[in-house]
Amino acid sequence: MSVPLIRLENVSCMYGKISALKNLNLTIYEGDYIGIIGPNGSGKSTFVKVILGLAKLSEGSIYYLDQLNCRKKIKMGYVPQISDVNRYFPISVLEVVLTGKMDSSIKPFFKYTSNDYIEAFRMLKMVGLEEQKDRQISELSGGEFQKMMIARSLIMNPDILLLDEPTAMVDVSSQRQILNLIRKLSKNMTIILVTHQIQDIIKHVNKLVYLEKNVIAEGNPEEVYKYAYLKPVNHRRKTI
Amino acid sequence: MIKAILEYQFLQYAIIAAFMASIVSGLISVIIVEKKLVMMTGGIAHTSYGGVGLSFLVGFQPIVGAFLFSIMAALGISFINNKLTGIKDIVIAMFWSLGMALGVLFVGMTPGYPPNIQSYLFGNILSVTGFDLILMAVLTVIVVVVIVIFFQDWKAHLFDQEFTKVLRKKTKIMENVLLILIAITVVVLIRVVGIILVIALLSVPAATSSLLTSKLHLRMIYSSLFSLFFILTGLFISYLTDYSSGAIIVFVGITTYVLIWWAKIRSAKISIKKARA
Repeated sequence: MSVPLIRLENVSCMYGKISALKNLNLTIYEGDYIGIIGPNGSGKSTFVKVILGLAKLSEGSIYYLDQLNCRKKIKMGYVPQISDVNRYFPISVLEVVLTGKMDSSIKPFFKYTSNDYIEAFRMLKMVGLEEQKDRQISELSGGEFQKMMIARSLIMNPDILLLDEPTAMVDVSSQRQILNLIRKLSKNMTIILVTHQIQDIIKHVNKLVYLEKNVIAEGNPEEVYKYAYLKPVNHRRKTI
Repeated sequence: MIKAILEYQFLQYAIIAAFMASIVSGLISVIIVEKKLVMMTGGIAHTSYGGVGLSFLVGFQPIVGAFLFSIMAALGISFINNKLTGIKDIVIAMFWSLGMALGVLFVGMTPGYPPNIQSYLFGNILSVTGFDLILMAVLTVIVVVVIVIFFQDWKAHLFDQEFTKVLRKKTKIMENVLLILIAITVVVLIRVVGIILVIALLSVPAATSSLLTSKLHLRMIYSSLFSLFFILTGLFISYLTDYSSGAIIVFVGITTYVLIWWAKIRSAKISIKKARA
């Protein structure tokens, strides 16, 4: 029996007067590879952000390894949407990956160790960016940028990796490379992948969740896809 | 001019002030440009005029009044913006105009002859006093120490604030400290270029250095050097011509930016031509 890693109970989230999530219930188990789908504005990114503590809950609770609101129980890696990050910031690829080695403390004269550098290089090699390590991030393509962001999360050695549309604004060949990389990672790690590319992930994820402010359908990927997109939807929650 | 520098205390003060202003504007302008806080900085600077006016009315050092109002503006804009998301521009505009309005009212209410506010609005590095220098020195040390000691944390925070939040760093504290540093920098620069022109010294040096390097620490160093060049050149021309030093500093800065930008474009075109040939 898999361990419940994160449990969301009646989670609601508001941005001002706009409701982004409403009474959402979902349990993420260790080893899950979950695809989160849904139309624009359905709360997919907010779903990721409430788990990470980046968006405040207006109602409900989140349990991390059965402990209420205790985010530090789980190491979480995060790959944001490419448009959420300043791609022209003056920083090198290696420096970005190294930031994943930081912890919660703010230390005077903080320096990375030689082991941190070795590990960062190993992560860059894993995502195929070892030759780009000294380049400035402004010189990277969209696909390379996202691979770098994945490397930054991997160096944290996370229990769960949350990716918010990692293939958006990326060319087709890079999309395929990124999705293949995520598939490989899913063998050893719990993964939550927000995406619009349902066709590309449907065969790889072990669970698909269709969101529209709350979970409309969850379970077998093929069935959820059919329920969500190929039938007229009555939008009652369904576990398939 | 060297003889005059050795002879006149006001020139010595001006040069010391130029060095301090260059260091803080170099460090902070890069952050302001990268975090896209230029308009917010303008709001903080203009709000400080209320403090200058109040100091004339009540009778204390104008730079202290500017300091208090700048800090209140920085934290006030941030607080209201966090509570009511999506109205940042409006909040900045309100602080901006309220600060100026209060300044005008306080100056109008000050009994006796109207005080000389020109040097606070448009800057006059040649009128820097001993007290100004002491305050500038203390504030410069605070800015340098906070930025240099926690440089790696600032770098991570400036690149991707959300990620530092995921790392559970105290991002709210960092954000507020950053705003206070900006407010402090505004105060240091007010005597040099004035409230109205301060925005130039907090954007042009960083913009100019960004044309030459894409490394954060080098940008900060180049930006400080550019700032020093702008201020000293402005000071020199102002001393010779008796025109407003603040205005000349801004003019030198923007002219330098345009020249470097033009040279960069030109060298890129030449390289392309050579590569084709």
